Amino acid sequence: MERVPNEYGRFGDFGGKFVPETLMLPLEEIEAELDKALADESFKQEYIRILQYYSGRPTPLTFAPNLTRQVGGAKIYLKREDLNHTGAHKINNAIGQALLAKRMGKKKLIAETGAGQHGVAAATVAAHFGMDCIVFMGEEDIKRQELNVFRMKLLGAEVVPVSSGNRTLKDATNEAIRYWVAHCDDHFYMIGSVVGPHPYPKMVREFQRVIGDEAKEQFLAREGKLPDVIVACVGGGSNAIGMFYPFLQDDVRLVGVEAAGKGIDTPHHAATITKGTKGVIHGAMTYLLQDEYGQILEPYSISAGLDYPGVGPEHAYLASIGRVRYESATDDEAVAAFQLLAQTEGIIPAIESAHAVAKAVELAREMPPDETVLICLSGRGDKDVQTMMRHLGAREGEDIATVR
Amino acid sequence: MPLSVNPPLFIPFIVAGDPAPDVTIDLALALEEAGADILELGVPYSDPLADGPTIQRAAARALDGGMTLPKAIQLIGEMRKKGVNIPIILFTYYNPVLQLGEESFFALAQENGADGVLIPDLPFEESGPLRELGERFGLPLISLVAPTSKQRIERIASAAQGFLYCVSSLGVTGVRETLPETLGDFLREVKRHSRVPVAVGFGISAPEQVAMLKEVCDGVVVGSALVQKVEQLAPRLQAPDEREAAVAEFSAYARSLAAPLREPCSSR
Repeated sequence: MERVPNEYGRFGDFGGKFVPETLMLPLEEIEAELDKALADESFKQEYIRILQYYSGRPTPLTFAPNLTRQVGGAKIYLKREDLNHTGAHKINNAIGQALLAKRMGKKKLIAETGAGQHGVAAATVAAHFGMDCIVFMGEEDIKRQELNVFRMKLLGAEVVPVSSGNRTLKDATNEAIRYWVAHCDDHFYMIGSVVGPHPYPKMVREFQRVIGDEAKEQFLAREGKLPDVIVACVGGGSNAIGMFYPFLQDDVRLVGVEAAGKGIDTPHHAATITKGTKGVIHGAMTYLLQDEYGQILEPYSISAGLDYPGVGPEHAYLASIGRVRYESATDDEAVAAFQLLAQTEGIIPAIESAHAVAKAVELAREMPPDETVLICLSGRGDKDVQTMMRHLGAREGEDIATVR
Repeated sequence: MPLSVNPPLFIPFIVAGDPAPDVTIDLALALEEAGADILELGVPYSDPLADGPTIQRAAARALDGGMTLPKAIQLIGEMRKKGVNIPIILFTYYNPVLQLGEESFFALAQENGADGVLIPDLPFEESGPLRELGERFGLPLISLVAPTSKQRIERIASAAQGFLYCVSSLGVTGVRETLPETLGDFLREVKRHSRVPVAVGFGISAPEQVAMLKEVCDGVVVGSALVQKVEQLAPRLQAPDEREAAVAEFSAYARSLAAPLREPCSSR
C-alpha cells in the first residue's frame, strides 16, 4: 500500500483542498506547523502526557464475556474510548489540535458539532488551555442533544445555532467554514473528524491513531496475536481511522459501519460509501450523498453523530482499493445492539458505537470461538439516553416508565 | 474567443432562477441597459462555502424553483436570444460541474454563449485540468486572489485570464459598511503582477465605495447588494402587472452603483 496522503493531500483520487482562496494560506500554515509538530519529540510527549493526566489514557481493552456467550461465536473485545474524559474519542483530536493551535499562537477556537461530542471536547480543551471557543451546531441537533449543549455552555463556550438546510451537522460545518473564512487571521478551526480540506484528514488521523496503537499493544499482550476482525462506526470516520490505521499493513479484516437509518433502500440514511457517489464536500473529494445535479442531499440517522452526507477521504480511498469493507446498520439494529450491550455487559454505548456493536455481533456469530472481534467503542451513551427513551417510547406506544 | 474587456468594469452578480428563470432574463437585460460590462450569473448551490446569508437565501429560492446547473447554462442561451450581448461569466461551485462532467460542462457553456467560468472553491492548485479544458473551449477560468494570498498573488496573477477577481476582505460575500484600510495597498500589489484587468468584489454595496475603488482597480463586482434588491422586489417581479416597474427600479439601482465608474477619474 502506498503512503497517503501525498503532498497535495490526496488519498488516491480523494482528498485535496477545495476551498475559497482566502483559506489557502491558513491551510498551508497549519500544514507546515503540523509537519514540524509531528517531527518534534517534545510536542508528541506533551500530547501523550496530556492524554494521560487529563483524559485518562490509555483506555482499557475490555473482554465482553457475557456478550460473547450470548452471541455464541468469536470472542468480543471492546476498546473503551467511552472511558475518555468527556465520554468519547473526540478528546484525543481536540487535545492534539488545541496544542497545535497554541503552538501557532492562536487563542480562539472554532468548532462544529453534530451529536455534541466534538463540541464538548473542543469546549473542554478551550477551558483547559485558556482559549475562547465558538461552536456551530444545527438547530435540529441542538434539540436532539440539549444535554451536550448545556455542557458546552457550562464549559464557557459560545454555541451558535445554525438554521440553514436540515439544521444538522452538514449545515453546522458550512457555517463554521464560512465563519473561519472571515476570522482566519486569529482563529483556529478545529475540525471534529477526518474530513475537510488537507491537512485536516491527515491531522485528525494522526491525533486519533493512538486508539489503534494502544489497542494493538493491548491485544497482543492479552491474546498473543492480532484480532481477526476490527469493527468501527463511520460517520466522518475519525474513530474508525484512528483504530484502523495502525492495522492497515496487518492481516486483519477491517469493517467500517455506516448508518443505514431507516434502510439503505429508502432516502433516509447516511450510508455515504455504500450509497454515495464521488464529489466534493467541505473542501475534500470523497464519496457523498448528492443528487444528479451535484446538490448535496440531507442524510438521516437516529444518531446525530453519524448523519453526515460525506465521509473522510481516506475511508473513500480504503473502500476504493478494497482494504476496508464498509457495511451499514439501521436505526433499529443499532437500538437493539445498544440494549444488548447495556444489558449483557453493563456498558451503555453511544448510539454511534452501537452501530459497530450491531455489525460486530452479526460477524462474531458466524466466526469460530477461537477467533476474535475487536469493537471500537467510540463513546458512551449518556448523551443518547433521551433519544433512546423517545425512540423506544414511540415504538412501544407506551409511557416511557414502562418500557423495558 | 477569449474574454476581452475594457476597464473600468461594472460586474453585477445575480443568481440564476432567483426568484424565477424568466425574471433572471429580464434582470440580465436590465443590468446590460444599466451599464453592466460583464454579467456574473450565479448557479445556486446547496452548500456554498464562499457565500453569505443573502446569496444563500437566493440560492435556496432558486433551488426550490428547480434550478440546476444545466438549466442555468441554458438560461444564458435564452438571454442571448432575448438580446443580452455583454459577456456572461458562470459562477458555480465545483461539485455540480463534476457531476455534469467537466467536458460536458464546458461544451454546454460554450454552446449557450457563456464567456467564462468562475469556481470559488477551486483554488489555483486544483484548477490545472479545468484551466486547460477552458482554453480548449475558449472559456477562461477566472482566477481569484484574496487578502491572504500573499506569495501566491504572483503565481495566480501570472495565469489569470479575462480579468482577475480580487476578494476585498476576509469573509464570505455580503454587504459591508466598511472595507479594510489596507485594501488600496493590496489592490496596487495585485495590479503590479496582473496582465489583465483587476476587479474587486465582496462587500461592495454603495456608490461611494465604487467611487473610492475605481482609483485603485479596474472594476467592481457587486453581488449581495443587487441580490438583496431582487429579494425585496421578488413579489413584484413575479406579479405580471408590476414586473415592468420592479425591473425598472432594479435597473435604476444598478445604474446608481455603476455611475461612479462612468465619471472621469482624477488620479488614474
